[in-house]
Amino acid sequence: MKNVPTDPPDLPSTVRGTVGALADDGPPRAPHRPGRTLPLRVELVRQLRRRRTQVAFGLTALLPVVLWAAFSLTDDGPPTGSLNLVDLAMGSGTNFATFALFASASFLLVVVVALFFGDTVAAEASWSSLRYLLAAPIPRARLLRQKAIVAGVLSTAVLLVLPVVSLVVGTLAYGGGDLVSPTGESLDYWTAVGRVLLGAVYVAVQLSWVAALAMLLSVSTDAPLGAVGGAVMAAIVSQILNQITALEDLRDYLPTRYSTAWADLLSFQVDWAGMTRGLFSSLTYALVFGAAAVWRFQRKDITS
Amino acid sequence: MPPILRRLAAVVVLVIAATPLTTGAAAAAPADEARTSEQRIRTAGADLDTTLYLPATLPAPAVLVAHGFGGSKATVDTDARELAARGFVALAWSARGFGTSTGQIALNAPDAEVADAVALVDWLAARPEVRLDGPGDPRIGVTGGSYGGALSLMLAGYDQRVDALAPVITWNDLGQALFPNAAAAQAPPADTPAHGAFGADGVFKSGWAGVFFSAGLGPADTGQDPAGADAPGTGAALPSAPAAGTAPGGVVPPTGGQPANCGRFTAEVCAAYTEAATTGRLSAATADLLGRSSPATVTDRITAPALIVQGEADTLFGLDQADANARQIAAAGGPVKVIWYSGGHDGTAPGEPLREEIGEWFDFHLAGRGDDPGTGFGYTVVSGVRGGSNTPTTRSLLAPEYPGLPGRGQLQARSLPLDGAPQLVVRPAGGNPAAITALPGLGGALGAIGGRVTAFTAELPGQSAQFRTAPFEASTLVTGAPRVQVTVARLPGQPAPADAVLFAKVYEVAPGGLRTLLGSAVAPFRVAVPADGSPVTSTVTLPGVVAPIEAGNSLMVSVSTTDQGYAGGVEPAVWRVGTGPDAALTVPEVPGENVTASTVPSGPLIGIGVVLALALLAWVVGRVLGRRRDRAAAPADPADADVPLRIRDLAKTYRGGFSAVKGVSFDVERGMVLGLLGPNGAGKTTVLRMLMGLITPTAGSISAFGERVGPGSPVLARIGAFVEGPGFLPHLSGAENLRLYWAATGRPEAEAHLGEALEIAGLGDSVHRRVGTYSQGMRQRLAIAQAMLGLPELLVLDEPTNGLDPPQIHAMRELLRRYAQGGRTVLVSSHLLAEVEQTCTHVVVMHKGRVVADGTVDEIMAGGGAATFGVDAPDRAAAVLGALDGVLSVEVGTGPGTVHAELNGTPRSSAVRALVTAGVDVTSAGPRRRLEDAFLQLVGEDTTP
Repeated sequence: MKNVPTDPPDLPSTVRGTVGALADDGPPRAPHRPGRTLPLRVELVRQLRRRRTQVAFGLTALLPVVLWAAFSLTDDGPPTGSLNLVDLAMGSGTNFATFALFASASFLLVVVVALFFGDTVAAEASWSSLRYLLAAPIPRARLLRQKAIVAGVLSTAVLLVLPVVSLVVGTLAYGGGDLVSPTGESLDYWTAVGRVLLGAVYVAVQLSWVAALAMLLSVSTDAPLGAVGGAVMAAIVSQILNQITALEDLRDYLPTRYSTAWADLLSFQVDWAGMTRGLFSSLTYALVFGAAAVWRFQRKDITS
Repeated sequence: MPPILRRLAAVVVLVIAATPLTTGAAAAAPADEARTSEQRIRTAGADLDTTLYLPATLPAPAVLVAHGFGGSKATVDTDARELAARGFVALAWSARGFGTSTGQIALNAPDAEVADAVALVDWLAARPEVRLDGPGDPRIGVTGGSYGGALSLMLAGYDQRVDALAPVITWNDLGQALFPNAAAAQAPPADTPAHGAFGADGVFKSGWAGVFFSAGLGPADTGQDPAGADAPGTGAALPSAPAAGTAPGGVVPPTGGQPANCGRFTAEVCAAYTEAATTGRLSAATADLLGRSSPATVTDRITAPALIVQGEADTLFGLDQADANARQIAAAGGPVKVIWYSGGHDGTAPGEPLREEIGEWFDFHLAGRGDDPGTGFGYTVVSGVRGGSNTPTTRSLLAPEYPGLPGRGQLQARSLPLDGAPQLVVRPAGGNPAAITALPGLGGALGAIGGRVTAFTAELPGQSAQFRTAPFEASTLVTGAPRVQVTVARLPGQPAPADAVLFAKVYEVAPGGLRTLLGSAVAPFRVAVPADGSPVTSTVTLPGVVAPIEAGNSLMVSVSTTDQGYAGGVEPAVWRVGTGPDAALTVPEVPGENVTASTVPSGPLIGIGVVLALALLAWVVGRVLGRRRDRAAAPADPADADVPLRIRDLAKTYRGGFSAVKGVSFDVERGMVLGLLGPNGAGKTTVLRMLMGLITPTAGSISAFGERVGPGSPVLARIGAFVEGPGFLPHLSGAENLRLYWAATGRPEAEAHLGEALEIAGLGDSVHRRVGTYSQGMRQRLAIAQAMLGLPELLVLDEPTNGLDPPQIHAMRELLRRYAQGGRTVLVSSHLLAEVEQTCTHVVVMHKGRVVADGTVDEIMAGGGAATFGVDAPDRAAAVLGALDGVLSVEVGTGPGTVHAELNGTPRSSAVRALVTAGVDVTSAGPRRRLEDAFLQLVGEDTTP
């Protein structure tokens, strides 16, 4: 606010500004409505204005272009007797999108989801703004819910940006041919577009366990890095354990066990078994972690 | 079973075998382990080394497990144990000429190996562990891979006691397998998917025949190599070069006049091989010998249920061999199920899922357990894409039936026009260089590398005629053996022998030129070409394949003159090759369903429902409990509605036992500017945090305007707070921060008084900069402005003047006074006495978590007429003052030369006069500053440990 020189001169100065009619009673106070606190729009603006949100979206949108550029640099070798996955990716736009989603689902998207959910409360704590939000007062469960919804919206948006941009880049670069799966099945373009988007939706729901774990860590620590890193670490450890075949059936309990089950969507007749199991496993973990996050946040002493 | 246990068991078995007790010696083994016994069984012409595997429950049906060429009973140990674990008595043996069994290899001759197997059935019939169908007729099945698979078929043909069989990657007609001829003047019936031409006088498959034969040359693999016994899934025991190579170098020393080049083969077999290898032609005697070793001679007698498993990567025994077996057994009345799997002699042995299917076949057909495996047709699609280890590149499909068998549906086939005029092809003299399409005996070991190498070597310039189809409009799955009509003519004046030996194959060609040889296999054929230059037309049956063809790709038929794997002749030849009157390629298709295309599993689906229901329940319970808690925790007391803050017996003990606040009670009345004074660590901030609902008190209560304060209490909306430093989003500007903060409270924007708050902050244009760039003081002022948003009825400020410069501090004091004037209330905490003294009307002094003083500033500073005197002799002064009338409670102060006295109405001037009169020098006289006193004492205590 600018200094207003026309203020009555008898009002005490606040160095640069002047105190207005503080003693006046304003309009009658509206009663406090907890259900109106922290509207989603406000939280969305708070998050969207953050650099990390913009960088996450930018990188995700850029990834397909980077992939395309990398593919363009590879030499067309002599025709050999077999295709590899990169050859396959260059077959059509939908193949390209599938490759991009495969390449990013196991790490990039995990990091993005962990970032949006793990950072949301812990960052407020690290800025000390959390205590003012809670004293506003925003009920704690509501704060967590609104933040989870916004983080979920942002994560889903990133998870959809990737396949959509990949489809556009891929279709422009490699044409709208059939999707050819690694098992040699072909799907026509529009069916394949639907399947790729459905796959992204599966990845989004499957990552709910990462989201809930990141949220739990986010309310447990004041360090955003701890929350985000902890959730990513858990995902990596789970992926490593999943590689150890000696664990046999125990691996079915790993939250990342079915993280690539959406590949079943790439065949003409879809096998829903893996995806159903994956959703069950993820949602169970998400419920447990999410409930723990709410329980913990409700009872926690905010000392940040 | 862990490898160590298995090795231990193997050792135990070997020890037992070494004892003189050669029959019926049951080895002690862990409970979950099949009991095994080793024994030698003498048959006519051989002494067989056998192992019997007994299941937990006896008697049980028996399964004979035959090994592949070059193997021994040890190579089928895993298979036998798996069958025993399923509840079958399994009998594995080393065929004659292999392992430690005696005798000579006769290639499954009826009077040799087949007779041995019949003798084993007899032996099993006499065993008490084996379930009998009748006297001397055990309930028995037989399985085996390759050499063992052929034995399974032969035994089932010769011995009607066999109740079920599962031959794996084996032959139907050994003559056709080793001397294939894919051409026929009349097209063979297109009934089954891979109906081979099986023409006479074929082309010698010298590559594979050599590998096969050499496996019987060296000393027998005795099966005592633990590594060999350990490798799981080697049950089919492919005859491969590495298997032969496991024997140390050198051949068997010649005995009894046997030629050293014959190894462990019978003289007949050896002579036949020698003749074929040297002439490259199939003589009548050899044809006769191979015919006797062929299941084709007995399949018309097999009525037992047969599970016929063949490999799609198999240039030794192609899919046409299994097709013939299936066709012949089905014609004889036996139930037949056909499986084409992704391996074969050029690929891998059957994996666990396939062995499971074989086990289930016996379960149903021998033991009557489990579901009917049916008579369908399963096949595997291998894409040829090189994926990572986690990327599946195969899928299994299941068709309800194998088309073309008696009583089954018809085969679908599609005719694709071929482009290409007749072309000249040349066979160089010596047949060299020759195209390389397969690496006999190495394919399995090299895996996909073999396919990649052959991609460069399969087409040699000038040696092949090529004919292409149009690009496919839709993706197509070729399932079976394509056919093509080919014309061959000689060119007058050009060299050419009487017969043309040519090799037909089919490539998938991508628009970019990338070509893939379907099945990595070729179809050799030999036709007699008329001397007059007129073309001879014949139908060539190409190798049976399962090949997905992408839309946009086309197929290319190539007819070439050489192939490394075959004895194609050495004379130079020039042929004109065309596509015949049809000029079309016929490709069979068998539509199947993905095996994995199951319905959604109900268990996890119900689980998802339960999880969602639980989440909903948790939400509802949380809301109900929250409402109840709100109602119980906020009993609005109308009597207190006018008291902005009432704190009673407040205590907070942190985890770890530190008590920050103990029994704090005080009230804040409307219009007060209350100072909460105390040194650092007195518990002020903890009280304020509890007041904001950030931390929960251990005991006591806080109520504001008659409502109890807890986490998120609605009454907090009437309190504006600034506690322990500012908290802003550093990426937003000051104005944005305040605007969004107010928006987050959910209250109407008109109530915010945003403009006034920003004036208070006095940030000027900086208010539009990012908060991250602010100085400490700017942030402090912005935070105070934020606390004042909406002009709350109770304003709580924690150390508001920290980081402000003197003029700002002055303005702040003025602000707070004015703020309280309108009936609002201000609570300021500070550790600075002067601050409180100049700003506040009331004060609460805290120390070590307790309230040590409470009252108006005047009361506490100058209450009750107490006075303090600065004197040179405090003791004397105390005596003088004590002697004055009405003066009470005189004490010597802790400071140097001070005396305190309750004058009780006596004027201070009188007291001074009395002191001076008594000879005491007075340096100062004033009201006793209890607050400062108390405070200094407290601080003093703090600083001296």
